[in-house]
Amino acid sequence: MAVKKFVVGNFDDEAVLFPAVKKVRRAGYKIHDVFTPFPIHGLDHAMGLRDTSLHTAGFIYGITGTATAVGFITWALTVDWQINFGGKPFFSLPAWIPVTFELTVLFAAVGMVLTFCYLCQLAPFVKKDHFNPRSTDDTFVMALECTDKTSEAEAMSFLETVGAKEVKIEYKETEWWIGRYDKDVKLFHKEN
Amino acid sequence: MALLRYESQVRSPLVDGTKDYHQVTEDICRPVEANPSKLWWVGFLISVGLLIFGIVSVTMEVMYGTGQWNLNKTIGWGWDITNFVWWVGIGHAGTLISAILLLFRQGWRTGVNRAAEAMTIFAVMCAGQFPIWHMGRVWNAFFVLPYPNTRGPLWVNFNSPLLWDVFAISTYFTVSLLFWYSGLLPDLATLRDRAKVKWRKHFYGVAAFGWTGSTKHWQRHEALSLVLAGLSTPLVLSVHTIVSFDFATSVVPGWHTTIFPPYFVAGAIFSGFAMVQTLLVVTRKVLALEDYITMEHIEVMNKVIVLTGSIVGIAYLTELFMAWYSAVSYEEFAFFQNRLNLDSPYGWSYWLMMGCNVLSPQIFWFRKMRRNLFVTFFMSILVNIGMWFERFVIIVTSVYRDYLPSAWSTYYTPSIWEIGFYMGTFGLFFTCYFLFSKFFPVIALAEIKHILKKNGENFKNNMGEVEEESTEEFGHKHGHDHGA
Repeated sequence: MAVKKFVVGNFDDEAVLFPAVKKVRRAGYKIHDVFTPFPIHGLDHAMGLRDTSLHTAGFIYGITGTATAVGFITWALTVDWQINFGGKPFFSLPAWIPVTFELTVLFAAVGMVLTFCYLCQLAPFVKKDHFNPRSTDDTFVMALECTDKTSEAEAMSFLETVGAKEVKIEYKETEWWIGRYDKDVKLFHKEN
Repeated sequence: MALLRYESQVRSPLVDGTKDYHQVTEDICRPVEANPSKLWWVGFLISVGLLIFGIVSVTMEVMYGTGQWNLNKTIGWGWDITNFVWWVGIGHAGTLISAILLLFRQGWRTGVNRAAEAMTIFAVMCAGQFPIWHMGRVWNAFFVLPYPNTRGPLWVNFNSPLLWDVFAISTYFTVSLLFWYSGLLPDLATLRDRAKVKWRKHFYGVAAFGWTGSTKHWQRHEALSLVLAGLSTPLVLSVHTIVSFDFATSVVPGWHTTIFPPYFVAGAIFSGFAMVQTLLVVTRKVLALEDYITMEHIEVMNKVIVLTGSIVGIAYLTELFMAWYSAVSYEEFAFFQNRLNLDSPYGWSYWLMMGCNVLSPQIFWFRKMRRNLFVTFFMSILVNIGMWFERFVIIVTSVYRDYLPSAWSTYYTPSIWEIGFYMGTFGLFFTCYFLFSKFFPVIALAEIKHILKKNGENFKNNMGEVEEESTEEFGHKHGHDHGA
């Protein structure tokens, strides 16, 4: 397993973190990830992450649920075993709306949660490293990935100048849970 | 520097006291990390006792049949289905708070949503017991599912409201559980990272699914919450609508009413908020969370109670009007003889319902009453009693004297096992709630932190100077762009 080197800056205020993310990217450093205790709106855009397509996935799952319900009920009650309920037509679509609606919601919700867990690689017994345990409490942690060309000393002092309270170097073994989003993160200058 | 959050000072803070992010974590994790108090043990053991009583009662029913419940001709649905509708109704507040109020961008939901969602899940679990055990031959309960069988296959009747119920309740339970647990992940990760003891590290490590707080994860988490909220919103409304169809699509006088869906949904929200109040007034005191579940929260929920209570009141009056206006003698008999008439066998239950649901919540038009904890707690109990009697009135008074006087049933009183079953679901509900309040953070940590700088008392006080500024100054100083 390869070992990667990270320069890790800890921030204690999201109002400092925001401009810092922009400055760091403008200076050409590669942000591995930013770990925050709560969602910060707009940080994903500031980091240059692309929007998530989870909504689209949810829509597709929902449509699948609708199709499953309508398809199955139609087949069961009009083809496979016709039952006369009070002389009503076998194909009585309005009466099937409730079940169809429930299955649409069920498929969309279950599908989206499973997709979410798969994309984020979250599951029981999964252990991951997030550099600083206080990043789930009150610290905002920015991890820069060092390449051969990066000067750690420069990166560290740069992080301090943009407002990091504590900066250190950490080595991590790159397993499947480290650095999954490399292809997601674009370099700053290419965008503008 | 970017001013990330701003809210007018006119709105009162949602987090009291001087807090920073770390203090929020400390406050909310404290009850989880401390040893349970004596009070907790007492409450927990009483709940477990009730649960055992319930299990014994259900065992009696399974051994000897539903006759154990004093059900008779024509009252085939007695306490059990009353309890079912009552619990499902209570289960509506949690998802309403977490989903509909998320879409409406109501900041106050963050203080109460986690506990309310947990309450929803436990209430739906309790509700589910009643139709299942009411089947009598419970070992055949899986017959309600459309599975390939050797009887044809003979499929279930997709045109029947009772089957719609199976789908509605099970979907509602599943989606609420997913919504609740996906919201819990970040908070469980906080507990994991704070854990000092080995079992705690392991337990929360497993439960947190390896959550890290990565920006990409948060981005997806936000998208997930929003879409789940969007899906849950019509779901909440659909569930009690479908429960009301169980009655409304029949031809029984008193049930055969088109007003049922909105009337049931309003009633569900009404009773659900009452139960949230019952739980939170106690929880905030016992766990010392008054800074997070503030008077503001209590007051807002009381406003919802007076609104929905009045909607329910209008529905009752509409029903009476329609019974008269229909000029159908059976309909009139159901409403004016079986219910309104205080001298009829169950007339008392109708007036008890009216008093608890329509008259008593009107006290919440007064701000002082809305902000009085004792009144709030007392009222929440009254409303729950009233809403139980609403379902009792709908079910029992509609069927005990119907078309043929020769088929009128004798006075129905529940047996000890029917009462025991109901008590047992209280046991189940509170056992779950006690365990939840011990092992999980009862307030959504990450969400409180998210609103802290906008709605926290100490941050809000600093916003006075911002409000003094002219528009140009404000734009100049605080204008910022989120994009790159």
